[in-house]
Amino acid sequence: MRTLRGWASRFVGLFKQRYRYKDMAEEFESHLQMQIADNLRSGMTPEQAKREAVLKAGGLAGATEAYHDRSTIPFLEHVVSELRFTVRQLVKRPGYSLTAVFVLPVGMTASAAIFAFVDAALIQPIPYREPARLVELAETSDPLAIANLSYQDFNDWKRSQTVLEFVDAFSGAGFLMSTRSGAQPVIGGRVSAGFFRTLGVSPVLGRTFTRNEDIPGSPRVVLLSYSLWQDKFGGSKNILGQRVLLSGNAYSVIGVLPPTFHFAPLGSADLWTTINPKDSSCEQRRSCHDLFAVARLKGGVSPQRALSNLSAIAKRLEQQYPDSNRGRGVSVIPLSEAIVGKIRPVLLVLMSGAALLLLIAYVNVAGLILARSEGRRREIAVRGALGASMPRLTMQFATEAFVIVAASSVAALVLAHWGTQALKTLIPADMLPEMPFVLNVALNTRVIAFELALAAMAVVVFTATALFHFSFSDMGKGLAEGSRGSAGKGWRRVGARLVVVELATAMVLLVGASLFGKSLYQLLHVELGFRPDHLATTEVGAPDNNYGKDEQSIALGRDILTKVEAIPGVQSAALTTERPASFNGNTDWIRFVGKPYDGKHIEVNERDVSGKYFQTIGAKLLRGRYFTDDEDKSKPEVVIINNTLARKYFPGEDPIGHQIGDTKLSPKSIKTIIGVVDDIREGELDSDIWPAEYHPFNQDPSDYFFVLARTSQEPQAVLPDLRRAIQRLHGDIGVRDEATMEALINNSETASLHRSSAMLVGAFAAAALLLGIVGLYGVIAYSVSQRTREIGVRMALGAEHRSVYRLILREAGTLAVLGIAIGAVAAIAAAMFARKVLFGVSSWDPQSLIAVAVLLGFASLVASFVPARRAASVNPIEALRAE
Amino acid sequence: MDKKVDVWQGTLALMVLKTLETLGPLHGYGVARRIEQTSGNLLSLNYGTLYPALLKLEQEGSIASEWGVSENNRRAKFYMLTRAGRKQLEREARDWAQATAILGRFFKPNEDLA
Repeated sequence: MRTLRGWASRFVGLFKQRYRYKDMAEEFESHLQMQIADNLRSGMTPEQAKREAVLKAGGLAGATEAYHDRSTIPFLEHVVSELRFTVRQLVKRPGYSLTAVFVLPVGMTASAAIFAFVDAALIQPIPYREPARLVELAETSDPLAIANLSYQDFNDWKRSQTVLEFVDAFSGAGFLMSTRSGAQPVIGGRVSAGFFRTLGVSPVLGRTFTRNEDIPGSPRVVLLSYSLWQDKFGGSKNILGQRVLLSGNAYSVIGVLPPTFHFAPLGSADLWTTINPKDSSCEQRRSCHDLFAVARLKGGVSPQRALSNLSAIAKRLEQQYPDSNRGRGVSVIPLSEAIVGKIRPVLLVLMSGAALLLLIAYVNVAGLILARSEGRRREIAVRGALGASMPRLTMQFATEAFVIVAASSVAALVLAHWGTQALKTLIPADMLPEMPFVLNVALNTRVIAFELALAAMAVVVFTATALFHFSFSDMGKGLAEGSRGSAGKGWRRVGARLVVVELATAMVLLVGASLFGKSLYQLLHVELGFRPDHLATTEVGAPDNNYGKDEQSIALGRDILTKVEAIPGVQSAALTTERPASFNGNTDWIRFVGKPYDGKHIEVNERDVSGKYFQTIGAKLLRGRYFTDDEDKSKPEVVIINNTLARKYFPGEDPIGHQIGDTKLSPKSIKTIIGVVDDIREGELDSDIWPAEYHPFNQDPSDYFFVLARTSQEPQAVLPDLRRAIQRLHGDIGVRDEATMEALINNSETASLHRSSAMLVGAFAAAALLLGIVGLYGVIAYSVSQRTREIGVRMALGAEHRSVYRLILREAGTLAVLGIAIGAVAAIAAAMFARKVLFGVSSWDPQSLIAVAVLLGFASLVASFVPARRAASVNPIEALRAE
Repeated sequence: MDKKVDVWQGTLALMVLKTLETLGPLHGYGVARRIEQTSGNLLSLNYGTLYPALLKLEQEGSIASEWGVSENNRRAKFYMLTRAGRKQLEREARDWAQATAILGRFFKPNEDLA
């Protein structure tokens, strides 16, 4: 304790030097005077008294030093004095220091902010017990690498497998929750009973499902998400055992999940019930696929081994049930991969972009340090001659690098904090449930450690830069008069190389930004096959008990369309079972009457649409006719196919009049093709067009669908009316997710990922351009200042202004051309690496390369024009006199 | 001239504390004089020995200092024991007595060491 106190006051002593010296000197003086007085009293002569007193005091210098060493911490004091010296030096050159402290944080902030996302998505484990052993299971089919799993197949897998500790199925489900204010659509999950045990998640209240709660006839039970519990039930502890009415069925609440629980594959599920095969006709058929599964691998089992085990089972099922299981394989991917797989390439590309920006920042500051140490050559030489040792000089350089980097790091951390918050807002709110890791994005210790590592690296690099420079130049030369010219040339060479690196890196980032921008443009202007403007949409669900029968569903659809078309500003309205530009899937297996069939599944998108659907969304009919509103079960069954299906299966024929049926061509399934519509993009913007078939809604009605309305005014303005019109029909109809078609497309996952990439890489590129140009300007300006005399001589000998311009611009031009050329090659290589996240542009895009080269060339010209002008305006007489 | 001995490491602090306990607040010169006299002028304290020791005691909180006026109307810095210093003195004095007693036994001629 006493020792600690001692060190503390010695530490404080570091900062009170001046006061302490005065105090000490006074104390010594008073001591001396008292001694002299005593000596006089004891009878000495004044001279003798003084002499004796001084002798007695001992060496004053030694005493002062001993006192001083005791009052501070000598090592630290040394460091502090070095720091003070450095800060004084830096403050004396604000241009240099501010540039460095502006440039470095730009690079460091970008890296730290992106790393925070990388950390949250790719480094932090997903929030389940032993997440490394969790995998997502799915089936595969010809067009789909990941296809839903059928309940029957799942049960067979579960029974026969030997590699999984637990395996449980899950699927998303929409429910209509009865509340006092009417039916409210909620998103839920249906899972097999062991689901939460498999994940290793325990509820905060109550229990999770127990065995046998997922078999037919077991009581209906429900688990609530924490947010639903808080929002709808006020967080009441009495919730357990309460009844909740979901789509007309009563469920009793058995538990509440923790607030941190999320399961990204199902997005934002608000409640969880068990899969009850009796509830869904789909789950009673092996050919109907509506599930995925999550499994915990047995210890020591790799996903590959699990795959081969399950594939063998799938093979057996294929032989056993060829009709339903033909071509159905198995997909096993780590659960973490299922969650972050899509964003990983984007993050890696962004991280690379940030790294490039950091590189430019480092190079830029290294260049500044070189330029400055060049100007200090004589000072350093003098210090060296006066005995400053190499370690001492190293210490000085390191301190300077430290001060610059420390100031930059603090700035970068603050900026990175804002940056990550800002980046989070780039992600549309409805995408967040699928990217739950975004919630964990923060400047945590890992991110700060990463930033500190970058800072430490910077200090080492900058110190080494300065030392490297001086170790190559003879110290003695620095003292020689007029040596600056030759030394300047040396620096110009190194500086020039750095600028080439900077320009090349800037080129890479600019080309990258251009490619991302183009790819976003291509994505948003991809041929949709319909007109997304002036389209308002909403999702509608009604309880089976009241609307489940065909006539009921048809009547519901008709009523809704009548009400919606009555809304002022709505020109026409239509129903569909899936919105266009949402996803490929919800497929049907078909077969053509009168065509050979090899038993291989022909899988096509299937949509049930109302009479005016194609006219409403603005799709183009190529052949035949549209549906009519009165085409219901009483009329012959008809189908409209898309152009891809027509071209693929009716090459060179008119498909109109041909018939489509199911895999067995069962009489009930036969439908006649009455029209061909130009391809509508049903899937995500960047996905392929699949063959598709459209049925009249009234021949295959349901009580869950989407309403689309074409408006004459801004569709946004119609949305509230849309909701109200439908809800006013009956209180038990649920309406959710009303949005304009354009907003849905703009905020779709693909568009958002492309947009964020384009914006971020664009920002990096802009910063890189700025830093690169500043670097070029710095080198050329320095070169001009060093060559003032040379230019003066040239002009005195008759050189014209024009030739001086040419001299300087040629120097800059060489650097720019070199940087652009190297950058172009590197950019093509980098674009190959980023190919996965580009859309509709090739990695070798001459347009981007040329545009960026021109931009960079022009910017370089501007940056070097200023120093060239200065050079041309040199007054030869003054220039010659100056040296 | 007398043969002067160097101050033993670690004992100076104890001497200073004891001096301040005995005489109350005192300036550096006074402390030095007192220690020299008490030692029978066998010890001699120069500034380089005395003042760092006083500084250390002050940093550790055993003594406090204050500028004041000496008996001869001279400005001087006075040192005084703090409560912590008094406790430290008690403890160290006890330790010291014990240590010297132990050591002393080794040198008593008539003691049977076997």
